[in-house]
Amino acid sequence: MTNPRLLRAALPFLTLAIVLTATFYVQPRTMSYFGLNLMLQYAVPIALATIAQMFIITVNDLDLSIGPFVGLVGVVAATVLNSSPVLGAAALMVCVLAYGVVGALIHVRNLPSIVVTLGLSFVWLGISVTMLPSPGGKAPAVLKAIMTVQTPYVPFPILAAVAIGLVVHLALMTTSFGVVARGAGGNPKALARAGWSMLGTKVVMYMLAGLFGLLAGLALLGLTTSADAHVADRYTLYSIAGVILGGGEFIGGRINPIGAVVGALTLALAGAFLIFLRISPDWQIGAQGAVLIIVLALRALASTREKSL
Amino acid sequence: MSTEAIRLDGVEKSFGAVRALAGVDLVVAVGECLGLVGHNGAGKSTLMHVLAGALLPDAGTLTVGGAEPKAQWSAAASQAAGIRCVFQELSLCPNLSVAENARITHASLRGFGWKGRARALICAKLDEIFPGHRIAPDDEIAQLPIGQRQMVEIARAFTVTTAPLRLVILDEPTSSLDAVAAGQLLSYIRKETTRGTAVILISHILGEILATSDRIVVMKDGKQVAARPAPAFDRSSLMAAMGSDLKEVEARGDRWQSPKADAAVVVRASPQREGGGSELVVREGEIVGLAGLAGHGQTRLLLQIFAGHADVDRPVAFVAGDRQSEGVFNLWSIAENITVASLRALIRRGLINVAAEAKLARAWRERIGIRTSDMGRNILTLSGGNQQKVLFARALASDARIILMDDPMRGVDIGTKLEVYAMIRAEAASGRSFLWYTTELDELTHCDKVYVFWNGKISDSIEAADFSEQRVLRASFAESGA
Amino acid sequence: MKGLLSWLRGQPWIGSFLAAGLVWILAVVFAGGRGGGEILSSALAFATFTVIVGLGQMMVITTGPGNVDLSIPATMTLSGVIAMKLMDTESARILVGTAAAMGASFVVGVANYALIRLLRIPPIIATLSSSFLVLSTAISVGRGLRIKPPPPLADFATARAFGVPFTAIAVAALTVIIGLTLTHTIYGRTVAAIGQNERAAWLAGLDVRRTRFATYVLSAMLAGLCGILQSGFSGGAALNMGDDFLLASIAVVVIGGTSVAGGRGNVPGIWGAALFMYLLVTMLNIFGASPGVRLIMTGLIIIAVIAVAGSENPRRP
Repeated sequence: MTNPRLLRAALPFLTLAIVLTATFYVQPRTMSYFGLNLMLQYAVPIALATIAQMFIITVNDLDLSIGPFVGLVGVVAATVLNSSPVLGAAALMVCVLAYGVVGALIHVRNLPSIVVTLGLSFVWLGISVTMLPSPGGKAPAVLKAIMTVQTPYVPFPILAAVAIGLVVHLALMTTSFGVVARGAGGNPKALARAGWSMLGTKVVMYMLAGLFGLLAGLALLGLTTSADAHVADRYTLYSIAGVILGGGEFIGGRINPIGAVVGALTLALAGAFLIFLRISPDWQIGAQGAVLIIVLALRALASTREKSL
Repeated sequence: MSTEAIRLDGVEKSFGAVRALAGVDLVVAVGECLGLVGHNGAGKSTLMHVLAGALLPDAGTLTVGGAEPKAQWSAAASQAAGIRCVFQELSLCPNLSVAENARITHASLRGFGWKGRARALICAKLDEIFPGHRIAPDDEIAQLPIGQRQMVEIARAFTVTTAPLRLVILDEPTSSLDAVAAGQLLSYIRKETTRGTAVILISHILGEILATSDRIVVMKDGKQVAARPAPAFDRSSLMAAMGSDLKEVEARGDRWQSPKADAAVVVRASPQREGGGSELVVREGEIVGLAGLAGHGQTRLLLQIFAGHADVDRPVAFVAGDRQSEGVFNLWSIAENITVASLRALIRRGLINVAAEAKLARAWRERIGIRTSDMGRNILTLSGGNQQKVLFARALASDARIILMDDPMRGVDIGTKLEVYAMIRAEAASGRSFLWYTTELDELTHCDKVYVFWNGKISDSIEAADFSEQRVLRASFAESGA
Repeated sequence: MKGLLSWLRGQPWIGSFLAAGLVWILAVVFAGGRGGGEILSSALAFATFTVIVGLGQMMVITTGPGNVDLSIPATMTLSGVIAMKLMDTESARILVGTAAAMGASFVVGVANYALIRLLRIPPIIATLSSSFLVLSTAISVGRGLRIKPPPPLADFATARAFGVPFTAIAVAALTVIIGLTLTHTIYGRTVAAIGQNERAAWLAGLDVRRTRFATYVLSAMLAGLCGILQSGFSGGAALNMGDDFLLASIAVVVIGGTSVAGGRGNVPGIWGAALFMYLLVTMLNIFGASPGVRLIMTGLIIIAVIAVAGSENPRRP
């Protein structure tokens, strides 16, 4: 009974290994501390955004606004936070609370999260564009310092990603609260009947998503040093792909935090891999799609083998 | 110290025009096993949902342990008062493990080391109720067959952490259990009640009710119509109280005209998983039963035949037993649910003829006796038994000559069952063949032939003339090589 | 009259049309009370294109939760680019260009379904990944000068009769066809059945696979049609022509009253929602809102509309 489950848990790692090997093969110079650091530097914000998406997916919803939200956080941090830290911090807190309000609204009115977060993405983008019509602003020095720290032996992005994965895994898969959160995705009716507040659970998960989106935005700003409303538009799709690559499922409360982080790392790597392959710019986008397909195809093949065991 | 576990007085509940509870009085004493019987639509499930705090009644009072509840009645309040329920719809989270599901009902299982305590709690209770089960606490619910899920659900209901157990409501608990587990549960109920826990047992299997209950209450049309100590009832008086025609029940024993032995063979199949072994043969106009312990390959064979992995050359239809997940289309009307398998026949000039469709639906309402005034209403306005009739009508209305039935009478009231049995016999007489998997030994008496399954193989095939409950049971527990 | 009113109130699409009407009134008010007809006519012209892809998206969404076609913008672009390139401004080559563009769209639909079925990739990711590939193809095919559409195509796409665009009339007819398909054909009923309960649909003898396949192909081909017409309308195929259509295609389906959980499609509502969205943008433009404000308003209104309308699937006790 545990064997197929182990295989499923190992798939994200296998995928990462394949992409990593392919990258090293094409460009051996990346097999170094510096190389890995460079390729994976965006892994931290992507991983944080992926975890944010994962919280939402745990409760059977989908967040199509995480990308613009990450962009908004960067914009607020690079403008308001820089000039008046207290006001900036308050503004960021409001953003996280807003996520909680959205979660409550979605639950109370039984709304489809896809559409609500779609509309929300417009709102986040509109606020960003109003505050910062063109890229600018300045990242707070502390963010820059954290994101560029040179840790010994293992590059910082890897350490950070591992830490994120472990913390969230412990929180969601081993604690008693995590059971309730995942149960809310597995059988919401049963949870309500058992006396748990579905509303409370959803709000908490949405706010956790907002919190990790906040962290993602700050991390990204630390790397890019100036803000841009559109910088993280791709993150919505990355985050969804990361959760799925990590073995998560859209419905049913089946998620895998460590897998999600590994999935995020894989995506970050795939981006670099494509650049090394010197694909013509016309095909850069297409190649990303192809990589995603190949990776998922491998996963499907492995699953069929698992099912026939 | 009150002798009452719970008391309901004058409870009423309506859903729109449907009066589910029309003023119910019910008392359950401490340590009593109360059997609750009635037609589908009698109000049993609704009453239990009110007790469980899942529904608020329109009128009436509830007292727990002789006192009115302090706060507004709700699911949480009901739990805190020591009331647990196991309903027909399972309330386990399929993505969580057995132990994690125990945590869901026990808020006190938290903090450091909660998982070890949860494991111990649920394992102890499983061992106590179902000795010999093979369920591990870290098994994911989705990986367990439905019988084991039911066992977990039942065991969980009897676990205690903070609030002492006052009343456990079991709504058709044996519907997914095999005979062994069902027996274990019933004897556990007798044991548990001596410890002061009250139990309400709802079941359509009258034998279980008569053997296990201290007192039996009969409900009909949202009211209590009879309540006596169990020994004062027998099968016929229970049926009479429920309003079913006794004569029809007895007449089941008559042999009707069996199909000739040289009728054409319409199905030839052997269970795929096992290597070499007996084959199942169905002839035109035959009713063939599939028996044995639940989950021993009967459903798998039915699906195998449906998917075409067998020797079949006629159209096949399937009647699901788990109507929620395999049968009913929730958003559609009753009529649309019936006609969905017959659409090809309703096409005129390239499009579905709506008038013909409505006519077909109405015809089947009469033929199979669906209790509703308007076939255009949503299917969920029907009671469970009537919904099951819709699934039958769907299969019978199609052009299928072979009807596969996956234990479709689960949780259906006796009146509906008798109506459907008569329908099956009539259809068989006109040339349709039925392949009928059932977990109730009684229903096998309708079959011309019975194949008993054990561990995915066919362990015995019994002609109607040689049929006996003993022979089926023996084959159900066949040992390898014996 | 009372019967008509209560019938109207019962229709799930009435909300979107009422909203559209309200916004139109506001737009006219902000414009100083003039130009109402022109505003409506313009909205119809633009809304028509969204309706085309909305119809396809609706069919996909109705096949069940998690089914969305994110490749619509890319398919549109590819189709437009291929059509313009092959037509090469010559009227005689309109048919060839159209056939090729629709053929390419067909291939995209087949590819989408293959990814979903063979590789068992969730539709959102499958259509997303294929959209990347399709867009890249479009970019590499479309490199170079922007080719104008042949005059007959451009004329058809921009012409109006008494203020009503020809394309709107044509798409209205298409809407009726698709509406009938959904309710009165085996294919349409199967779509609704799959959306409610795929397993039950299979057990009831319906052909789930072929229906799913047909739906993704239909969505792709409608996107292809939209690409051709849009190119005719805008004087050529731009590589970013599909950008607005992703969110728009989903929004008109949902605001129009189709259940996102699947199983219940709402065809007339797509028109109401499309009109509403374009009238909204027009109203905001007239009002003089800056781009950022426009985005915020659009988003808030989408949320508000859905929040007020509630859900198609009321939570069962």
